[in-house]
Amino acid sequence: MTAAVAQIQTNSIEDAPLLKVQNLAKFYGSRVGCQNVSFDLFPGEVLGIVGESGSGKSTLLAALAGHHQPDRGTIHYRDQDILALQESERRRLSRTEWAFVHQNPRDGLRLGVSAGGNVGERLMSVGSRHYGNIRTQALDWLERVEISPDRIDDRPSSFSGGMQQRLQIARNLVTSPKLVFMDEPTGGLDVSVQARLLDLLRGLVRTLGLSVIIVTHDLAVVRLLADRLMVMKSGEVVEQGLTDQVLDDPQHGYTQLLVSSVLQV
Amino acid sequence: MNAQAYNFAYLDEQTKRMIRRAILKGLAIPGYQVPFASREMPMPYGWGTGGVQVTAACLVPEDKLKVIDQGADDTTNAVSIRKFFEKTAGVEVTEATGEASLIQTRHRIPEQDLSKDQILVYQVPIPEPLRFLEPRETETRKMHELEEYGLMHVKLYEDISRHGEISTSYAYPVKVEGRYIMDPSPIPKFDNPKLSDSSAIQLFGAGREQRIYALPPYTDVQSLDFEDYPFEVSKAPHDCDLCGAKDTYLDEVITDDAGSRMYVCSDTDFCSTRRQNGHVGRLGTPVSSEVA
Repeated sequence: MTAAVAQIQTNSIEDAPLLKVQNLAKFYGSRVGCQNVSFDLFPGEVLGIVGESGSGKSTLLAALAGHHQPDRGTIHYRDQDILALQESERRRLSRTEWAFVHQNPRDGLRLGVSAGGNVGERLMSVGSRHYGNIRTQALDWLERVEISPDRIDDRPSSFSGGMQQRLQIARNLVTSPKLVFMDEPTGGLDVSVQARLLDLLRGLVRTLGLSVIIVTHDLAVVRLLADRLMVMKSGEVVEQGLTDQVLDDPQHGYTQLLVSSVLQV
Repeated sequence: MNAQAYNFAYLDEQTKRMIRRAILKGLAIPGYQVPFASREMPMPYGWGTGGVQVTAACLVPEDKLKVIDQGADDTTNAVSIRKFFEKTAGVEVTEATGEASLIQTRHRIPEQDLSKDQILVYQVPIPEPLRFLEPRETETRKMHELEEYGLMHVKLYEDISRHGEISTSYAYPVKVEGRYIMDPSPIPKFDNPKLSDSSAIQLFGAGREQRIYALPPYTDVQSLDFEDYPFEVSKAPHDCDLCGAKDTYLDEVITDDAGSRMYVCSDTDFCSTRRQNGHVGRLGTPVSSEVA
């Protein structure tokens, strides 16, 4: 009896949303950044946010990740009210259980520090003080993102764009976060490198059971990665649902336009 | 213009009050960088304008002042600052570490243990230990506030990955009373252990950067390290060639263009006192015969 109850409780915890967003809004003066955004993100789920430039998707992501304070609404992470957290707590979250992959790897990496140092920084910031262990983990992660181990002491400024982006991903995932925010992770990469990166990301997301919120304007990226899709226009969510459903049978006029605007090669 | 045209110790009384307030705040929060309204001093930045202002704020007419630069009493920086205070404050000066009540220093801590009646004032070029890793001042302040010091170890990590050991040999970062990370000014890491549990008051002044910080007596100061690469002091593997001391920090002096060199104590007062007491090194001569 007790065991059964405990079982039900664990289930309910696993089924509970990891991130619960309600009525989120962010304004720039009188202009709307984004508004009326509500959604739940479940563990292991990948949520894609698509929309044209200026539709508020990056604003939404930045508000979720705590880069700026939203004007209205609530964000709950595992039943914790994120907006009510102390700054120190929020920053601790953002370097342990959360991760943020920038569009431009230069924003997410320290270019003056070696690849190993970049990966190790998050470990050291959560208190790791054993050089050997840090190095072993850095090597392990470089291998997982397909960077040759003999590049560990090279600076990322000597890396190609694709390698820098993979290094940024390794640096973010080394503390095994639960929730990863990605802002156009494949932007600025050529198509073949994009494909490799997407392949890598898909593998990591599946094996590590990550929850991901990925912002992009590239429908191919969400088709490949996302379980669920939110389409944004002028700061509001105009349509959301399962990725294949939204892309194959778009309901909103804007989504139809967006889907039909993709070049068929 | 003669010396009487100046207020005692050059700075006006209001400025000294302002600096003293910053010093007191610094002593109350060991290792915390207190901003202060640094004044223009009649010497260039980089010559110890921060240290000079702290010294000026601490001096009283009864003080006995010693000024050292890289351990030496007779180098340009030390001589000019000592003369400056002789002229503007009229205080007594000395070269003997034990006799001084206030010591202003650049890049060294005297070899002789300091007493509880002494104040040691450091000249600091860049007070922010995180500066070269994180250039944004707003961000480094936040990191101090929230105790986010992982980045400091990234620097040590980089040292080991590049050189196989922690090669930072001066301005070696320390943690004060388990809280603030502090730049001990560019003293060699040989001197780092002397920062901790010192009987004297230690004050740090950075003029260009407008920061004062302090270590009250008997403060715990730990040098950062890794578990598998512990902090180690380093010095040239020699004895002093003049006084024969085995455990002092040494300067290397090139003596000709054929590769000859000698190692001498960087603390000139310590070295000459030992020689007065009859200690002789490899290249030294007994003091009495030198005079003759």
